Amino acid sequence: MPLDRSLKKVLMIGSGPIVIGQAAEFDYAGTQACRALKEEGIEVVLINSNPATIMTDSDIADHVYIEPLTVASLTQIIEKERPDSVLPTLGGQTGLNLAMQLHEEGILERYNVRLLGTSPESIRRAEDRQGFKDTMEEIGQPCVDSTVVESTEDAVAFANRIGYPVIIRPAYTLGGTGGGIAYDERSLREIGEGGIRMSRVGQILVERCISGWKEIEFEVMRDKVGNVITICSMENIDPVGVHTGDSIVVAPTQTLAAKEYGMLRSAALEIITALKIEGGCNIQFALNPNSFQYAVIEVNPRLSRSSALASKATGYPIAKVATKVALGYSLDEIPNAVTRTTSACFEPAVDYCVLKIPKWPFDKFLTASRKLGTQMKATGEVMAIAPSFEAALMKAVRSLELNVQALRLNKLTELSDDEIYDRLSVVDDERFFVITEALRRGITPEEINVITQMDIFFLDRIHAIVRMEETLAACEGLPDAEMLLQAKKMGFSDSYIAQLCGTETTVVKELRYANGITAAYKMVDTCAAEYAAATPYYYSSYDKENEADVPDSGKRRVLVLGSGPIRIGQGIEFDYCSVHSVWALKNLGCETIIVNNNPETVSTDFDIADRLYFEPLTPEDVENVVRQEKPWGAVVQFGGQTAIKLAKAVTEMGVPILGTSSDGVDAAEDRERFDSILRDLKIPRAAGKTVFTTDEAVAAANEVGYPVLVRPSYVLGGQGMEIAYNDQNIRSFMSVINQTVQEHPILVDKYLMGREVEVDGIFDGEDILIPGIMEHVERAGIHSGDSISVYPPLHVEERHQQTILTYTRQLAKALGVVGLINIQFILYDDAVYVIEVNPRSSRTIPYISKVTGVPVIELATRVMLGERLKDLGYGVDLYPTSRYYAVKMPIFSFEKLADVDTGLGPEMKSTGEVLGISDEYPVALLKAFSGAGMRVPKPHGRIILTVKDADKEEAVSVARAFVNMDVEIFATAGTCQTLRDAGIEARTVSRVNEASPNILDLIRSGTVDLIINTPTQGRRHDSDGFRIRRYAVEHGVPCLTSLDTARALLIVEKEGSSLHPQPLDIVTLGKKD
Amino acid sequence: MHAELILENGARFPGFSMGSSEPCICEIVFNTSMTGYQELLTSPVAVGQGIVMTYPLIGNYGVNNEDSESGRPWAKALIVRQLARRGSNFRCQRDLESWLTDYGITGICGVETRALTRMLRDNGTMNGMITCTPPENLDEALEQIRAYQLVGAVDAVSCRQPRHYGGDGPRVAVLDLGIRESLLNSLRRRGCSVTIFPARTSAYLILRGGFDGLFLSEGPGAPGQCADLLPEIKKMCDADLPVFGVGLGHQLMAMAYGGEVEKLPYGHRGGSHPVRDTETGKVVITAQDHGYTVKNDSLSPEIARVSYVNINDNSIEGLTYTDGRKFSVQFQPESSPGFTGTGFLFDRFLALMGGAR
Repeated sequence: MPLDRSLKKVLMIGSGPIVIGQAAEFDYAGTQACRALKEEGIEVVLINSNPATIMTDSDIADHVYIEPLTVASLTQIIEKERPDSVLPTLGGQTGLNLAMQLHEEGILERYNVRLLGTSPESIRRAEDRQGFKDTMEEIGQPCVDSTVVESTEDAVAFANRIGYPVIIRPAYTLGGTGGGIAYDERSLREIGEGGIRMSRVGQILVERCISGWKEIEFEVMRDKVGNVITICSMENIDPVGVHTGDSIVVAPTQTLAAKEYGMLRSAALEIITALKIEGGCNIQFALNPNSFQYAVIEVNPRLSRSSALASKATGYPIAKVATKVALGYSLDEIPNAVTRTTSACFEPAVDYCVLKIPKWPFDKFLTASRKLGTQMKATGEVMAIAPSFEAALMKAVRSLELNVQALRLNKLTELSDDEIYDRLSVVDDERFFVITEALRRGITPEEINVITQMDIFFLDRIHAIVRMEETLAACEGLPDAEMLLQAKKMGFSDSYIAQLCGTETTVVKELRYANGITAAYKMVDTCAAEYAAATPYYYSSYDKENEADVPDSGKRRVLVLGSGPIRIGQGIEFDYCSVHSVWALKNLGCETIIVNNNPETVSTDFDIADRLYFEPLTPEDVENVVRQEKPWGAVVQFGGQTAIKLAKAVTEMGVPILGTSSDGVDAAEDRERFDSILRDLKIPRAAGKTVFTTDEAVAAANEVGYPVLVRPSYVLGGQGMEIAYNDQNIRSFMSVINQTVQEHPILVDKYLMGREVEVDGIFDGEDILIPGIMEHVERAGIHSGDSISVYPPLHVEERHQQTILTYTRQLAKALGVVGLINIQFILYDDAVYVIEVNPRSSRTIPYISKVTGVPVIELATRVMLGERLKDLGYGVDLYPTSRYYAVKMPIFSFEKLADVDTGLGPEMKSTGEVLGISDEYPVALLKAFSGAGMRVPKPHGRIILTVKDADKEEAVSVARAFVNMDVEIFATAGTCQTLRDAGIEARTVSRVNEASPNILDLIRSGTVDLIINTPTQGRRHDSDGFRIRRYAVEHGVPCLTSLDTARALLIVEKEGSSLHPQPLDIVTLGKKD
Repeated sequence: MHAELILENGARFPGFSMGSSEPCICEIVFNTSMTGYQELLTSPVAVGQGIVMTYPLIGNYGVNNEDSESGRPWAKALIVRQLARRGSNFRCQRDLESWLTDYGITGICGVETRALTRMLRDNGTMNGMITCTPPENLDEALEQIRAYQLVGAVDAVSCRQPRHYGGDGPRVAVLDLGIRESLLNSLRRRGCSVTIFPARTSAYLILRGGFDGLFLSEGPGAPGQCADLLPEIKKMCDADLPVFGVGLGHQLMAMAYGGEVEKLPYGHRGGSHPVRDTETGKVVITAQDHGYTVKNDSLSPEIARVSYVNINDNSIEGLTYTDGRKFSVQFQPESSPGFTGTGFLFDRFLALMGGAR
């Protein structure tokens, strides 16, 4: 079955903004798919609302639409582009759901568009709870006792029959949104109600709780002729009960004897055969640890987070092969990209251990519930590869950037044995730290197994690490060479060994070198060395044989440091930048090396850089790569804060940093050095102080005058930042940030409430090029990542633009920038103030590149290698303004994170973004809102308005605008009084604590279109505002927390039906007329 | 205790002793299966071999009393990267190491198995010695290692006396060249009444037994060493009985009809060997554990046609004889334990015998 030659033009649907449960893995899958399609000479039409992705680049697809992922906009695009087919299974649940909707609504049929790969019938059978259960019953595959219901009454009746606890899973949601475990009728009603609402089809599955069983996953693949293979097995170390996205996962399975493994493998292949999948598929099983009893939990008939992990874990390019299968190839017709001599029709054999650990956002959301369950909470993940479980675990822990060298948290060492014992039963993100601490205290693996139900095998391995810690700590002075080698083989870092032995890291490192103990690199080759392979994909081990081949190509070798796991404040945009830099370097004739540890990304695909090292991003791990590769230079400015942090270490290794030096980075981040630069240049900034203690902070605040902005230096995404209005605010906030050790000072700045403006610039030492100035809709005080950003600016006068240009050039020069610089300004009182300078790539680069057509990363890379902007064809200074407006809108994952305040402030909370582009501003805004899933209140609709005192006056004009559009306003007493005083009609609604019906009842009633609530200060969780905002999230009612956002929404609302958004192919944007 | 593996080319791999510390010389082969060490060690095919597991974590689920392919481990040695000192599994009855010790199987752990595998892949299968005491005279030791040859492997593993398992189905005579329990079970599960005969049983005896079919089992060693068995096998196969040959049985049947066998550079050993059904074009993933193969084009198409080929190296994986009564495969047809992707071969055998009764 070779390629179907009738395919000429394929539509790919992306997965939209990064949210918890759907992250960078779909950029990886989609990009690989697009490249596979183009390889076959097929024209690719791509739609994705997420501008930070690589797949939305004009060199990945032929036609790129950054448009809302809605049936309406897809229909328009289909009508315009007339693709002959659509590939639905590579854009996550979002892409799959949309394709199914297009099919169900007859749109595909109307335009004669074929669904490629797995048929809609098969997708429905896998996705629809009842359909799936019926299919499993037909082929004799056991499911968990369960039923699909559409009402809580039915759910309760079923639970009463099978007994509690039960698990609730809504149909068609991602990351298990709205699911949970119910232990009694009350909690079942609560979770069930939410789940039914969240499900696209209003269905939930209620099933017997099998928590404690082993959770095993298989990635399987099937082609049109029925060839079936398993690509990877994975075992969740956390037993059933914790969402697989929140579980620590090991590949391949470790605790299954061949019989159990074979049984589940057979089941997986029988299932994919019965479902007639054509492509990749993920199957999750629960396996009773005490018998052969198992149950099929879930089947995803598409590429998933686990497929990305399986791809990186085995080297098998699942997305590429799945795409080729969808095009009609059979597996044995597709070459194995790794060995090049064998075919894709085989089952990868691995000869190493792979471990994935999720990256949770709890360092950002100090108040969020850290408990893990069926609702995924992680924003990203790290993966590590090593010849042993112990080493994989140690590497993965280092990759998390938690400032720890091992599973050791200082705060746990202070707990008593009893407290540790009690903590073992708490299922949260720190459980592995607690388990390790328990083993250190002498609690046995057997005891821990009883409490956690984790397999003894894993506990034994962690125990081995603890015993090595003890051995090292017990040795007098330094360990001998043999012991040192064993510790290195177990994955211990030099600095951890030093810490345990009470010495310096450099001493351990020298001892290591003196004894010839150095890292060797092994190849990920899909076949356990059975066939010769040439994949440039490596991981480190402390073995003798080094397989990494560094050919003498005569080219300049450049090391590109990646950005690690996706987290709030450091998202997919930095992978975009890293990958583009690699491509630019390759075009410039350099040989490229990537170091990164994130399995979800494009950068960790082995055909991006010339060589990929899948390693932690720490000084030691990077130094090992440096010793191996001896690079000519290193690039750190594209990998976010993760790479920037390594700049100094890399410099000390003797590798020149290409572009801005580590000293330039330091000058921007060191308060005093930066202030003196501003003074010299006479560039104004808000008055501020550097302090270490609470008392100093209070004094500083009084000196500069309230309100003030308080934040630790050296952070990303405004971590631990707050606006303080009085001494009390400062004191409570300082007590919060002092929970984590502060080696860097805390900054107290005068808070200027003006218009925030942001620029990215490229500087070559003399000239600057600013592709565009971006203006924020929300005024200063809301983190730039959480603000709606508009290009070109609507409210920045020409003279201010010139000032911004001048300041940017001056600052770039003063900081010694070569390459990228990102600056945030405030326009306040008719003057331009600098807020912050980052001499590196930023979150806005992908979007500004796409909308202006300036290849920012390529230019920055060329400049870093010594070229001059003047010669690059894009001019200098301000790039001519585009005639298109682009509105970048932040996307949050609040519904996944209980107890997180949705009120926006200086701390970043968004996980992703969407873009709206149009030649009319209101249309661009409408597209952005609709891409964000925000419904605009209809005339005769209802909104709730409740604002803090400081905002009451401003709220009047917003309210009036809504009333003029026949929207009914409900307000709490204070706000209502203000409105009435201003002559605006509004209805009072009782406060949270007042008798029913109160504001919460009104929200729950489902009759409110929008809530506008501006938060008062403080982190209190019992405040009315907090409860209103959380209630809004939990009931799916949009809630705006800034009047500026509300005003933007009003612009769209005012124009209403006169707006006619048209899809825009951004490939045509960059082309000069 | 330190131990080392010395290969016949002089390469030395240090490690630690596990199981028996008795020095031993054997043929070193690598296997890419990620589970199933107990099955591999107890397979009669493994007789005389030192098995290198390419998967680095071995012993994780211990050893149990149910999964052995025969009454004892046949492999001579086990070479692993990391040994789990205790097994964790609900069926685990003991840890791997003490089991090896009890059966006198020499083991070595802590070995850089990937480097070893790459060497075996590039140089072909080699002999090796595992020892806890470095040889005083290396050249002498190397000579000894190179001289090692496995002889009489089939005789060592074949049963001494005929054995019988009742059943309501067709009566099958099994020529035991080194059969595994999984294969026997595949026949018995289908209701066959099975009689197992020692390898040196005469055709006369078997043909006189009124059997409905003949099953030629897998077995260990070099097929060339079994030349003396060929005349009797030819006689058995010439009778009009349906015959199903597997592994060594597949090779000997081909040889009996004039085919030739050759040694593969480093064998096919693992759970992921794709073979194509030449009739349907479909590919199945099979488990394999063999070092020899029937030479391409060595058998006249008038006698047999190739039914399965390995899609990686195009070697012959199955033959169907033109009389329509005999067929054979090189891979493990039951793929035990696992996906029953080629289990239909047993059904075909049953059909030839007149079906289940």
